Amino acid sequence: MESTAALTGSVPLLGAVGALSRSPGERAVAVGIRGVSKHFGAGDQLVYALRGVDWEVYAGQMSMIIGPSGCGKTTLLSVIAGILNADAGVVELFGADVTRMSDRRKTVFRARNIGFVFQQYNLLPALTAAENAAIPLVIAGASKVRAVEKARAVLTTLGMGKKTESLPNQLSGGQQQRVAIARALVHEPRLLVCDEPTAALDHETGLNVMELLRDAAVRPGRAVVVVTHDNRVFHFGERIARMDDGRIVEVIEQHGDPRKNLPASH
Amino acid sequence: MNWIAMKMLVGDKAKFLGIVMGLTFAALLITQQGSIFCGLMCRTAGQVFDINGADLWVMDANVRYVDDVKPMIENNLYRVRGVRGVKWAVPLYKGNARAKINSYGYSADPIAARRQRETEAAGGRVAWTKHEVIEQVILLGLDDASLVGAPPSQRILAGDLGDLRRPDAVIVDFTRLRKLYPGEDWSKEPPAKQLYSNEKIDGSFYNRFLGRDIEMNDHRAIIVGVCVATRTFQSNAVVYTTYSRAKLFAPQERKVLSYVLAKADDGVAPAEVAAEIAKQTGLRARTSHEFVWDTIDYYLKYTGIPINFGITAALGFLVGTAIAGQTFYNFTLENLKQFGALKAMGATNLRIVGMIMLQATVVGLLGYGLGVGLAAGFGEAMRGGELAYYTPPHLLPITGGAVVMICILSSLVSVRRVVVLEPAIVFRG
Ligand SMILES: Nc1ncnc2c1ncn2[C@@H]1O[C@H](COP(=O)(O)OP(=O)(O)O)[C@@H](O)[C@H]1O
Ligand SMILES: [Mg+2]
Repeated sequence: MESTAALTGSVPLLGAVGALSRSPGERAVAVGIRGVSKHFGAGDQLVYALRGVDWEVYAGQMSMIIGPSGCGKTTLLSVIAGILNADAGVVELFGADVTRMSDRRKTVFRARNIGFVFQQYNLLPALTAAENAAIPLVIAGASKVRAVEKARAVLTTLGMGKKTESLPNQLSGGQQQRVAIARALVHEPRLLVCDEPTAALDHETGLNVMELLRDAAVRPGRAVVVVTHDNRVFHFGERIARMDDGRIVEVIEQHGDPRKNLPASH
Repeated sequence: MNWIAMKMLVGDKAKFLGIVMGLTFAALLITQQGSIFCGLMCRTAGQVFDINGADLWVMDANVRYVDDVKPMIENNLYRVRGVRGVKWAVPLYKGNARAKINSYGYSADPIAARRQRETEAAGGRVAWTKHEVIEQVILLGLDDASLVGAPPSQRILAGDLGDLRRPDAVIVDFTRLRKLYPGEDWSKEPPAKQLYSNEKIDGSFYNRFLGRDIEMNDHRAIIVGVCVATRTFQSNAVVYTTYSRAKLFAPQERKVLSYVLAKADDGVAPAEVAAEIAKQTGLRARTSHEFVWDTIDYYLKYTGIPINFGITAALGFLVGTAIAGQTFYNFTLENLKQFGALKAMGATNLRIVGMIMLQATVVGLLGYGLGVGLAAGFGEAMRGGELAYYTPPHLLPITGGAVVMICILSSLVSVRRVVVLEPAIVFRG
């Protein structure tokens, strides 16, 4: 992708992968979370989705949030990505406290720094694969021609070079998720957040998508956070936070053979 | 982002067409009802339009509109002629008369009429049916010498205007001839659409009526011409004759002068002369233009017509708003997740609102164009028929404004939904 960076040279809002400074031997904290809580509803409907969460996400590796359905994974990811305001606590992204940003600044911050991969892909059905993948660049102010050109290049690196002009409904689920990943990476963000990226896919396709994320997304200056409750892909996580009932109950680090130390599936 | 908005809009063809059709319907209904309304209003003043030689109408001080005739004594004609700035002034009689016609022709009963035709075709002796028709007509008596107020030559279908000066002569408007002569073979009459157009038309069909007798209020008259008169609101036939003969036809009254038609001196504004006439004679003097509006205003104020059409046009607006607004709103609702994704990815509210506004503008323009186009086509198809239809240029911005209103209203609701939308919904199943 480095080779295509020149295409967007004039786009001012792009994130800068690799610009993160870190002292030797020390991991750079990309996301720092302290005391974050979040509730939904009131009265009978009151739900505590997050009950005081502390966590760090490091750049250059794939972090994972796992846990049973309803334990607060998506809520935590939304707070990390700055699309949901926490009730209390601090969320620092690359040193900037997003909880104190205005909505508008947060929006611009997201546009520059964050890539999104959704469980349901959320591709615009009327746009081709390349146009969909180009959206973050368009949001950043690039012209359609240049944005689509770069999106095509990214799609090609993800093995989708032949499908750039297809509409989402002409693509399989795995192919749509690849387009979504291209869209999440096209503007070279510093943080990639993925919510259940394999949940809508069969096992084989899911593994392919995870491999793609590991190989194409994880970069020295970029943090990747994947939320999943699919135990078949847990081994992709280098740093895993296991959640239960709004809390992180365990943090597991896996290096070398990742299939060791796997948390028991729930 | 604009191209994304456009692709989203036309991406789902069915929905796109639904929105455009809703707006088209609203624009059509508003323009069409408005045009019928304006057409009717113009008919109320039809006779003022028709009399185009004069630029001033002088009348009794209490006259409010053209059909509100309040006869004056004839001396008023000479008083008007004496006012400075008046080039000429002529009398006009306008009143209702009872026309009675006896004629022979085909029976009104289709079976009997067919038998008559068959006999006629076989060269046999046809037993013609006698028809006696009595109709209320508008009698116009024109100045004997100048015939000011007569239909222009291209609107005379048969006969000659000059023949009006012959004894007992009248010129009749073609519209009610069918009713006056039910026994005639009407199948060869040229279409009314053609007659109302401004081209010179072949009126030879109407030659058959020349020389026929017609009884006007029990006085004998002879048809010397057939013409096209502008339709009036009551759509009675118009019968032209001379002023002096109209006085004979009219029931005996002391006052017979309905209007004085006058022309201002060259280089003098008619409005100034009108003011001068009013001042010197105490009569009401109006320019033709003013008198058209007096008449239209009267109908607007004192009849239920505007309310009825106002209600239909308002209904068109509401129905259009409901359909177009609903589809547009639904469209945005269904796209809410897409807008949410865009918001999550860093599109600001402003840009997304801009996208929705662009979508609304595009469907608005399309709906407006199609609706007004259809209304124009409808008007063209109806031309010359019974239906009054006139689309004044002022109506178009009104329709446009209404369509803009619909778009703004429905997109405002959508915009509100999108602005308050938490981008976090994109992570929800
Ligand atoms: N917008 C919301 N309104 C009300 N309750 C919510 C909302 N979002 C999440 N919740 C609740 O918060 C809890 C955590 O949800 P979520 O973070 O989606 O869990 P997970 O992603 O682990 O399945 C659940 O009980 C869920 O019902
Ligand atoms: Mg979830």
